[in-house]
Amino acid sequence: MAQHLSGLQMLTSNRLKSGDVLYRKGAGWVLTLAEGEVYATQAAADAALAAANAELVRNEFVSPYLFEVREKDGGIVPVKEREIIRAAGPTVHPHTGKQAGQYQ
Amino acid sequence: MLNPVMKSGPVEPNMYRYDEFDVKFVSERVEQFAGQVARRLSGALTEDQFKPLRLMNGLYLQLHAYMLRIAVPYGTISSKQLRKLAHIARTYDKNFGHFTTRQNLQLNWIKLVDVPAILRELADVEMHCIQTSGNCIRNVTADQFAGATDEEIEDPRPLAEIIRQWSSLHPEFVFLARKFKIAVGAAPHDRAALQFHDMAVEIVRNAQGRVGYKVMAGGGMGRIPYIAHVMSEFVEREDILVYLEAVLRVYNQDSRRDNIHKQRIKILINAIGPEEMRRRVDREFQELKAMGTLQLPQDELDRITAYFAPPKFESGLSDTIPEAGADFANWVKTNISKHKAPGYAIATITLKTPGQVPGDATSEQMDVIADLMDAFSVGEVRVTHEQNLVLPHVRKKDLPVIFAKLKELDFAAPNAGLITDIIACPGLDYCDLANARSIPIAQNIARKFENLDRQHQIGELKIKISGCINACGHHHAGHIGILGVDKKGVEFYQLQLGGSSAEDASIGEIMGPGFTEHEIAGAVERVVNVYIAERKSGERFLDTYRRIGMDKFKAAAYETVAA
Amino acid sequence: MSKLLKSGAFAADPFTAAADDAALAEGPVLVSLARFQKEREGLLARNTALGVRLQSHENPESLGADVHHFALIALEFPKFRDGRAFSWARMLRTRLGYKGEIRAVGDFLYDQMNYQHRVGFDAWEVPDNFTVEQFARALTEMTDVYQPAADGKKTIRELRANR
Repeated sequence: MAQHLSGLQMLTSNRLKSGDVLYRKGAGWVLTLAEGEVYATQAAADAALAAANAELVRNEFVSPYLFEVREKDGGIVPVKEREIIRAAGPTVHPHTGKQAGQYQ
Repeated sequence: MLNPVMKSGPVEPNMYRYDEFDVKFVSERVEQFAGQVARRLSGALTEDQFKPLRLMNGLYLQLHAYMLRIAVPYGTISSKQLRKLAHIARTYDKNFGHFTTRQNLQLNWIKLVDVPAILRELADVEMHCIQTSGNCIRNVTADQFAGATDEEIEDPRPLAEIIRQWSSLHPEFVFLARKFKIAVGAAPHDRAALQFHDMAVEIVRNAQGRVGYKVMAGGGMGRIPYIAHVMSEFVEREDILVYLEAVLRVYNQDSRRDNIHKQRIKILINAIGPEEMRRRVDREFQELKAMGTLQLPQDELDRITAYFAPPKFESGLSDTIPEAGADFANWVKTNISKHKAPGYAIATITLKTPGQVPGDATSEQMDVIADLMDAFSVGEVRVTHEQNLVLPHVRKKDLPVIFAKLKELDFAAPNAGLITDIIACPGLDYCDLANARSIPIAQNIARKFENLDRQHQIGELKIKISGCINACGHHHAGHIGILGVDKKGVEFYQLQLGGSSAEDASIGEIMGPGFTEHEIAGAVERVVNVYIAERKSGERFLDTYRRIGMDKFKAAAYETVAA
Repeated sequence: MSKLLKSGAFAADPFTAAADDAALAEGPVLVSLARFQKEREGLLARNTALGVRLQSHENPESLGADVHHFALIALEFPKFRDGRAFSWARMLRTRLGYKGEIRAVGDFLYDQMNYQHRVGFDAWEVPDNFTVEQFARALTEMTDVYQPAADGKKTIRELRANR
């Protein structure tokens, strides 16, 4: 099932066993957004999502979806607040989550 | 490091205690879920198949991790149970939990693979996560002052416990169209938000002086809020389960299944009208009653009621609250409520110190509260739907010591029912469904109004904040309600005024376009200032709003924004 | 492919499902409610067992007095989350006093079979790789029940009283 967004995109999911947020890189997943792969074209993004959907049968991760990112200050940041929080951790508990180096 | 409280040993409160059947039931349910987890990990169950099964065991997949919702039946919990929750939060989570608007506890950083072990630990203290989520009958909630207040006809919790058992894995009702929330009340002051529930039972006395049950249905928050309709003014005690089952059956059969946003019972009753709903329910009721299998005999009601017998109250206690300084006096003004027994009081512990995350407690704080429960509250505490805790039976003479201990915990805010006693859902900081953050908004508003004189000048003002239209923060029932929305990826906050979840239930009126996260606290302040300027003697914010309407509040709220 | 599980064992299915516009095979046939309502006389005149398949929005009460003419009533689960058939089965057994086969068809889970059994289902259309051991286990994961249903099983309250 394709998602159509404009601009740069990334792919995320949750690890089944732990719930940890994952970012697609190549044919695998990494734990931080900074390490994740950015798709510059819709075709590349669609292909990544299709590959992930085909891998759901591995029962390693769930609910993969694409989201928009943009370049900022030499780095990559999500466009939406939700993805910013998802990538970092809760804003009200800055000592928890990926922002504090904690991974599930 | 918190100072340890004088130890008195764990106290067993009078509450429902599992017998061998309840123990086996929960234990088998845990193993059933462990089997489901194994089948999910092996792929024998797909995520689509597994999701409703894990939801019916309280497990959500949220923004950062899995969230586990632990049932606290009708908000009643013992010190032993609270210590176990502290232990679980410490061992399997990040050392804290969140008390919810349905009297449950949520843990935010759970791993799926740990859940069977967590459930086994919960079972050790007669706790579970059964049906705390999913399209089924949820945790039955009740007045947090049950068994302690002098204004109730009787303690609503025995009935709540009977409903809990009847609804547990009810084979006909585990795949309903949507969630189904039930609340029980017994007092003229409604502290359980009965009229905003899918179904509610109010214990009443009829003209002949006989005690029975008024049943309401079709209330709800969410996308489209509704106030419940009366289904029956008086159901006889022995018939209550029959009546509730009749309502559920009509709902299960007749609810829509084609549009997830139109599948709550409130939508059904609104569509067919309360008159027709009553007719359908009555038909089922008559037939079920004729079958005779679901009658509630008086001896069973008595048997369950005996579990909730009041503690042995001491006699000859002073009925005066001691002097203990200005801070203590302020706390007494708002956080102490009248108890039915002379010399006793009901103490509300607001988990709302300005700047705190509303409703959160660390494992350490939970352990100290457990000590307080043992020493001063017969081992018992209640969770309220306003994300606070209540010590239901404390001796007035112990209040100063309790207050001193709460101060050490940073849970001594003297603000129950005041403007800084805010309800806020977890919001976009935690929740997968959210559109905006709610906790920081609550923190900002609470800090803005922190001055205690100002809070008392304002008086009773219930602010309720939801991070999305699912309304878990009950914003429709806030005197001031705030709804977080997403406008092109940016968080905006809409104001609603004039809602109430008490016996004078009303749905808040939407003011207009949303405010940014930087504007919202200021807008709230301008709204409050209108109230102060316009109020007549004795009027709460809610009363003034109901008298003068929206216009002046709206004009003031948008004043600075337009400039 | 699927097979029929009836009263805890696999059984040959005597019924042939007939599409709304297909000719009827000889022997027992399973038709839709729409077809039954359209061809009632003819279907009832046949000298073989008759079955009707109800969709999840179709209330068995619409069968009226004819309900007892059916040897088989198949209740469909279009999606396992659609739980209306739990009430339909219960209604068939209790209000309507139906004594024939109530069969679960469509999309349902192993984890629902115990509930289905409790409300009056006695037959299931299951995948080929489903075993009787799985069915037996499904019914025994939870030993006791808190509430009466349509299976006559003693409730925990009754067990407590009989201690």
